[in-house]
Amino acid sequence: MTSTMRRTAISAVAALALATGLGACSSGSSSSASASASSSAAAPKLSGTVTVFAAASLQGTFTDLGKKFEAAYPGVKVKFNFGGSSSLAQSIVSGAPADVFAAASPATMKTVTDAKDAAGDPKVFVRNTLEIAVPKGNPKHIASLKDLAGSGLKVALCAKEVPCGSAAATALKTGDVNLTPVTLEQDVKAALTKVELGEVDASLVYRTDVQADSGKIDGVDFPEAAKAVNDYPIAALAKAPNTNGAAAFVAYIQSAEARQVLTAAGFQAP
Amino acid sequence: MSPAPPTAAAPDTAVSSRTRARRRSARIPYALLLPALLGLAFLVLPLAGLLVRAPWSSLPGQLSSTEVWEALRLSLICATAATGLSLLVGVPLAWLLARTDFPGRRFIRALVTLPLVLPPVVGGVALLLVLGRNGIIGRWLDSAFGITLPFHTSGVVLAEAFVAMPFLVISVEGALRAADPRYEEAAATLGASRLTAFRRVTLPLIAPGIGAGAVLAWARALGEFGATITFAGNFPGQTQTMPLAVYLAMESDPEAAIALSLVLLAVSITVLAGLRDRWMSTP
Repeated sequence: MTSTMRRTAISAVAALALATGLGACSSGSSSSASASASSSAAAPKLSGTVTVFAAASLQGTFTDLGKKFEAAYPGVKVKFNFGGSSSLAQSIVSGAPADVFAAASPATMKTVTDAKDAAGDPKVFVRNTLEIAVPKGNPKHIASLKDLAGSGLKVALCAKEVPCGSAAATALKTGDVNLTPVTLEQDVKAALTKVELGEVDASLVYRTDVQADSGKIDGVDFPEAAKAVNDYPIAALAKAPNTNGAAAFVAYIQSAEARQVLTAAGFQAP
Repeated sequence: MSPAPPTAAAPDTAVSSRTRARRRSARIPYALLLPALLGLAFLVLPLAGLLVRAPWSSLPGQLSSTEVWEALRLSLICATAATGLSLLVGVPLAWLLARTDFPGRRFIRALVTLPLVLPPVVGGVALLLVLGRNGIIGRWLDSAFGITLPFHTSGVVLAEAFVAMPFLVISVEGALRAADPRYEEAAATLGASRLTAFRRVTLPLIAPGIGAGAVLAWARALGEFGATITFAGNFPGQTQTMPLAVYLAMESDPEAAIALSLVLLAVSITVLAGLRDRWMSTP
């Protein structure tokens, strides 16, 4: 396939994706599948596997959206690799055969764009804010960020190297709260697990994580979180083995149908 | 084994040295040599990769932060303490497994080696469930003595000992099985109690095995990551050992991670190479 041909193919897919998005916008989620099926007759038919590298915090929603995408494009399989955004970015730069990258922070996406491994500019598709995660029933009566600095309270934060940790640092700085955590966890799920097991009294995690674990965890909102919002960018990758599939998936994630699933899980629209 | 010096003395010795040389070269068949070299390359190449990718020019800057040396110090202290703890309870455990016969011994033996196959993260969670603040024993430790092990340096030692002790137990048990029990029986006939026989006869007999096991356990403890970060958490100066520092550096700055790994490698190779001749001499 020559490069001009490929470019035509990309623009055709982009047009198709736009049509899908619009279709979903106008007529709700149930009809979007049929809308895309009819328009895919004109565009190059999608096939094969779309491999998506996505941030761990997207696991629940993206697994769901992957199934919906497969239903909308029969013959296409979506394969996910969920993990820490930073390590995913590292493996993409090192040549992992991925089609799409969805990161939990612009900084981790930058690793990929700096290496010229993204096709086009990344698009922010959702935002995530922090919440204080406390054991069910909030036994220590934590109501604000300042309460976390109280004596005798054990708090887990994410390490500053991972997105949730840098967001937590920003929030604490905004609220001028001087907090010494007992541990700096390697990812947000680990910080949440420490609350779940009762080893710490609170931790700063994403709203979506609290919502996904609402059976065992309660969330406490705090105003400083507004200053520490994490943008989630998504991009098709330059060396994607399945160029058409990658573009279609990126467009689908930005569709109204996908947004509905994401906001229902606690994400905010950009 | 040093190569025989080539001699051109009497004809009969010349012949015998030639046959010896032929036998020695015949001792390394290609069917063994090739996979051996492949195995060596497989183990060494990744290390060479680290050296090639190492940011030599920025290395001094990368290693100047106090956090690095704190992590290294903590790693060495905790690995040594974990080895000490393993020796204290692991050697008697190995003796029990090798020298006594009780029902369910094979099952117990399998249980002892369980941490070898258990993913260390699972081991860390298991430790939390027992020794954590809400754990079966941890709750009691907390209320009776005010001791909380997670997020404390002692937690790191426990996590590392949990993962490393099976290595010690297995090699000491192997040494005990290889050692002739008749020496102990002889000591017993001369009036030594079983404890005295263990102390004066068995221990010196299996010292090389204990040494080898201790080195293995120390090496395993030094590289421990999963159980440590799960059970003891990660806080600089308190529970952040080198492997944890490397992992987190990898998240943001791979060059820093490589620099840290080089330090850990240099220290480990120095210690292991220094100990090997003394302790790991193959029986």
